Amino acid sequence: MVANLLRLRLLVLKNSLLRSTWQLVAVIFGALYGIGILFGSTIGLVALSGVPVGIARTVVVLAGSALVLGWVLIPLLASGIDQTLEPARLVTFPIPLNTLLLGLALSGLVGVPGIVTLLASLATAGTWWQHPLIALVAGLCAAIAAATCIVGSRAVTTLSSTFTSGRRFREAAGFLAIIPLFLLGPIIVSLSSGIRTATDALPGLANALAWTPLGALWAVPSDLALGNPGEAALHFLIGVATLLLLLLLWRRSLALALITPAHTASRSRGSGKLGWLGRFPATPAGAVAARSLTYWIRDPRYARQLLVVPLIPALMFFYSRNGALDLLHSVGPIVALLLSLSIFSDLSYEGTAFATQISSGIRGRDDRLGRAAALGSFGLPIVIIFSIGSVWISGSWSVLPGLLGLSIGIFLSGLGVSSYSSARIVIPVPGPGDNPFKAAPGAGFTTALTTFATWGVLGVLVLPELVLAVVGAATGVDVLGWIGLVVGIALGSGLMVLGIRLGGAQLDRAAPELLEHLARQR
Amino acid sequence: MPQNLPESPRQTESIPPQAALSIRGLYKRFGEKNAVDDLSLDVPTGSFYGLVGPNGAGKTTTLSMATGLLRPDAGTITLHGVDVWRNLVEAKRLVGVLSDGVRLFDRLTGEQLVTYSGLLTGMDRPTVAERVDDLLRLLDLQGASGTLVVDYSAGMTKKIALACALVHAPRLLVLDEPFESVDPVSAANIRDILQGYVSSGGTVIVSSHAMDLVQRMCDHVAVISAGRVLAAGTVDEVRGGSTLEDRFVELVGGRHHAEGPEWLRIS
Repeated sequence: MVANLLRLRLLVLKNSLLRSTWQLVAVIFGALYGIGILFGSTIGLVALSGVPVGIARTVVVLAGSALVLGWVLIPLLASGIDQTLEPARLVTFPIPLNTLLLGLALSGLVGVPGIVTLLASLATAGTWWQHPLIALVAGLCAAIAAATCIVGSRAVTTLSSTFTSGRRFREAAGFLAIIPLFLLGPIIVSLSSGIRTATDALPGLANALAWTPLGALWAVPSDLALGNPGEAALHFLIGVATLLLLLLLWRRSLALALITPAHTASRSRGSGKLGWLGRFPATPAGAVAARSLTYWIRDPRYARQLLVVPLIPALMFFYSRNGALDLLHSVGPIVALLLSLSIFSDLSYEGTAFATQISSGIRGRDDRLGRAAALGSFGLPIVIIFSIGSVWISGSWSVLPGLLGLSIGIFLSGLGVSSYSSARIVIPVPGPGDNPFKAAPGAGFTTALTTFATWGVLGVLVLPELVLAVVGAATGVDVLGWIGLVVGIALGSGLMVLGIRLGGAQLDRAAPELLEHLARQR
Repeated sequence: MPQNLPESPRQTESIPPQAALSIRGLYKRFGEKNAVDDLSLDVPTGSFYGLVGPNGAGKTTTLSMATGLLRPDAGTITLHGVDVWRNLVEAKRLVGVLSDGVRLFDRLTGEQLVTYSGLLTGMDRPTVAERVDDLLRLLDLQGASGTLVVDYSAGMTKKIALACALVHAPRLLVLDEPFESVDPVSAANIRDILQGYVSSGGTVIVSSHAMDLVQRMCDHVAVISAGRVLAAGTVDEVRGGSTLEDRFVELVGGRHHAEGPEWLRIS
C-alpha cells in the first residue's frame, strides 16, 4: 500500500510534467538548483572537519535549526507543495491510518526538497570522517532530523488544514503569512550589521538552540567530539522525543482530518446590496470596472498584488535611513510599475468565468476600459500620494514635477501595455480558492519570462519622461521636470488609450481562442 | 420517421426561414479527434429542443460553437438568420447561454452576478434591477441573493447561471445540462419557466442525459453521437413508438447485456 501511494505520487508528477513542457523545464531547473545546493553543502560539511569542533558545531547547529524551521513554516506559506496525496482525496479508500502516515511521509521525501534535505543531512557525517564512530552517530541523528523535517511539515499542513477548512480562513492565513517574507530584506540587513559586531554571540545561540527541538539532534555529534556524552544523550533524547511528539500530533490531526470534510462558512450580505455595481455607471464598461474592483478587494489572489503597496515605501524608507534620501523618490515610480502591470494576469485569474463576458457580446474595448478604470480608480491616487509623500519627507520639492510625470507616465503606460498583453497571453496562475501563494508547477518560469518582456517594453515606452526627470533632477534645471510632467501625462494617456484599443481589438478578434487557452489551463 | 440529416447535401440545402438555429456542415477537431464531424441541424422557432447523446458525443462543443464561444473549423451557424461567426455581437444578443463546466464570477453575490450579466449587455439600471428581482423570485433564490456564489450549492449555482442567461430576454436559450444536481422542486419550477418562455414564442435548446425528462419536456429532439446527428425531428418521430431511452440506446449502441463480472455478484 505504501509503495502504491509512492507510485501514485510519482505517476501524478510524471503525468503533469508530460502535459506541459514548461513544467518539465521548471522542474529540471529546480532539480539542478537542488543538486547545486547539495553539492555545495556536502563540500562545506566535509571541509568543516578541518576546523575546530566549536566552529563546526556552531555552523551545523545553526544551519540545521534553520532547515527544520523552514520545513515546518513553508507549508503555511505554500499549501501547494504536494497536493497529490492530500488526505482529503484519500478519504474514501480503506487505508489503515498508520499505513497512510508512512505513505504520506515517504511521499513527502520524494521530490527535490525532500531528497536534498535527506542527503544534505546525511552529509553532516562527512564532518566527522576522521572519527568513524562519531560519523556513524551523526548519520543516525541526521536521518532522524530529516524525518523530523518531513513529519513536522506534514503535521503542520494537516493541523492547519483541520483548523482552516473554512474558505475564508484559508485565504486569510496564507495571505498574512507572507508579510514577514517581504520584510526579510531589512531584517537581514539589520541582523548582518549586528552579526558583524557580535560574531561571538553565535556559539551561544547555537548552544541555546541545541537544547530546543530545532537544533538538538544536530548538536549530538559535536557533543561527543567535545567529550560530553551526557549532553549528547540528552540532546539525542530531545530530538527523538520531538519526532515522536510530532508523529503523534500528526497522527491525531490526520485522524481528525479524515472525518472532518472541508466546509465553508458562508456569510450573507443581505439583498439589495449591489456594492460597486450600484456605484459605477450602468454601462458595460462600468459593469466590468465594478466587477473588477470587487475582485480586487474580495479575491485574495488580486489582493496579494496590493500587499506590496504599503511594503515598498516601508522598504525604501528603511534602506534610505543612512541618508540616501534619493532612494525614497523611487517609491512612486516602483509602485506605479508594480500596480499598473498587475492586471497582466487578470484574465488568467478569471479562467473560464470569462465566458460569461464573452457570451454577453461586450465589445473588447469596453472590457479593457473597465479593467483599467477599476485599477486606475485606486492606483492613480496611490501613485500620486506616494510621489508627493516621498518628496515631502526628503524635502527636495524641486524634483516633484519630474517625479510626478515619471510616476504617472509609468502608471498610465503600464495600464496600456498590460491591457494589450493580457488580451494575448494567458499565464498559469493558482485557481480561485487556492492558496494565493501557491505556484502552478512551472508557472514561475513562464511568468518571469513574460513579465520581463513586458517590463522591457514598458521601459522603452517611458524613456522620454524618465530621461527628463533624471536629467532635470541631476542638473537642477527645474523646467525639465515640468516638461517631464506634461510629457508623462500626455504620452501616458496616449499609450493607455492605444493599449486599450489594441487590446480590445485583439479581444474582439480572438476571444474564443483565448477562452480555449483559459479552459485548458485548469 | 426520423429525419436523417448527416448524409444530405448540406451546402445547397436552403436554411428554413423559421429556424431559430441552423447548423450546416459543422466541423471541429481537437488534436486527433473529430469532436464535431459534419453536423447539420435545424431548430424551429418556438420549439423546446432536446439534444441527447452519450458522453463525449460533441453536444457541449456544438453548443459552444453555436453560441459564439468556440470557433468552428468549418461550417455555418445562423441564429434567426444572423450568421453567428460573421456577426458575433448581434448573434450574442439573441441568445442566452448556460454553459456546463464553466466558472462563474463566484466572488460576487447572486444578485450582483445577475446584475452584472444584465449590465454587460447594455441594459439600463432600472430594467436590470426589475428583472433581477423577478428572476431571483422565480428561481427561489431570494434568500440567497446576498450570499457569494462561491458558497452556493451545485444546484443553486445552476439556477443563478440560468438567471444570468435569462436576464437580457434572449430569443433563444441554450442550456447545457440545466437540471444536473438541481432538486426536483426547483427543476419543476425551472421547467414551468421554460415552458412559459416557449409558449410565448421563445426557443429553448437543452442538452441532457435524462431521457425521461427530455421525452416529457421537449417537443423536438436530436440524437448526437461521435459528432454527428443520428436522428432529429419531433420527439414522437424520433422515438417511433418505443420510449426515447430505448430508441437512444438502439441508435447509439454500446449497451452491454452482461450481468457484470463474477466477483461483483455479492450473494
